[in-house]
Amino acid sequence: MSAEAMVTTVPAATTIHPRWVRVCHWINALAILVMIGSGWEIYNASPLFDSLKFSKQITLGNWLAGALLWHFAAMWVLVINGVAYVTFGIITGRFRRKLLPIRLGDVIADIRAALTFKLAHDDLSRYNAIQRLLYLGVILAGVVIVLSGISIWKPVQFQELTALFGGYDAARYVHFFAMAAIVGFLVVHVALALIVPKSLRAMITGR
Amino acid sequence: MRQRKIIPGVDPKLLIKDAARLMPDASRRGFLRGAASLGALTFLTGCDIIDGDTAESVLRRISEFNDGAQAAIFSRTKLAPTYPESAITRPFPFNGYYDEDDAPEVDGKTYKLEVTGLVDNKKPWTLEELHALPEVSQITRHICVEGWSAIGSWQGTRLSDFLERVGADTRAKYVWFECAEGYTNTIDMPTALHPQTQMTFKFDNKVLPRSYGFPMKIRIPTKLGFKNPKYVVAMEVTNTDKGGYWEDRGYNWFSGL
Repeated sequence: MSAEAMVTTVPAATTIHPRWVRVCHWINALAILVMIGSGWEIYNASPLFDSLKFSKQITLGNWLAGALLWHFAAMWVLVINGVAYVTFGIITGRFRRKLLPIRLGDVIADIRAALTFKLAHDDLSRYNAIQRLLYLGVILAGVVIVLSGISIWKPVQFQELTALFGGYDAARYVHFFAMAAIVGFLVVHVALALIVPKSLRAMITGR
Repeated sequence: MRQRKIIPGVDPKLLIKDAARLMPDASRRGFLRGAASLGALTFLTGCDIIDGDTAESVLRRISEFNDGAQAAIFSRTKLAPTYPESAITRPFPFNGYYDEDDAPEVDGKTYKLEVTGLVDNKKPWTLEELHALPEVSQITRHICVEGWSAIGSWQGTRLSDFLERVGADTRAKYVWFECAEGYTNTIDMPTALHPQTQMTFKFDNKVLPRSYGFPMKIRIPTKLGFKNPKYVVAMEVTNTDKGGYWEDRGYNWFSGL
């Protein structure tokens, strides 16, 4: 066996998620929980929808000032970790390898398979079309939530960015719907990780 | 016991709501209690970080770091977006929430603005003298810490011109404001010198009504609403951060936009 073959077969065949993916994943998980919990409390101070308020039981910070302290602390963790993750994902080629291409035909076929409980998860190292779509989608939602968040936080200093979202008030809605998309993703993501426990193990041990 | 009063620069509805929230939770664990997501956090890290004192002091320290970050982002020349008259929010929301009876009532005839600290001329200013200062106007967006916003029209004189006029030491770090009912605010000098930071005497070209801060409001379109004090009776140029009403209760000090 040549040296090159060893390098490609030994780690690649056994490691599903390299260490940097796992570290970024769990840091992100913590940061996003804090951002969502505190974000809901901030939302409650001036709800966008009259009928929607988040129960105190599921918010973080206890009142507006406390929630803002949490939100603007966790944002650094979220952004620094997120930038590292996306940078690594692009330069290592992992995003391209794992998430692309996404073909419409594959998505339809996989949705049909999923609905009839025939969607296989045998090979954790290879994502099906639905996974690709969701993972790429949540990365994009992450980019949107950060940019819309910056435009709400600094609508004077970064007013060009705020204008891109249609102004301050519109940016609040964009921020909200990006949150809703991420929460929607999380529900599916966590449910599936629990249904297929080896996928959870892979994100912890790498294998 | 003092009577319930309206805090200027803050939506009174918010004040009452937050006061209600603040009161039972004045203990140090106030920021941390009753949070399912924090429970998950504790579960995931496997360590109990719900030590109220530690967590709160860490959060406050990060908030101070954020003051520095915002000061670094702040541009002395970048102007807040301005709007046409047609964009003015009518009625301007403060109006609707105000109980006129609770707002401080300042007598314009006897009013004097105290100017103290690192200034050459500490002469108090009558309202007549203040009204005679060169007038500038702005139609800008007021953004509340709660998240809502409204566009208003404010007229007055540039704070930077006034500071120059009274011979203020603009190398000082802060300008502190005190209001008729005891509300206070400290702002950084770069913001005080920003061209849109205004000593405001009029709303929509009419003398400020009592509910909007008569006789003087400090309009700062580069800061959140609660950093725009109303009913201002004194200002001090200083190198000491004397804090402010809401800042001392946990809101971020810089609160820039």
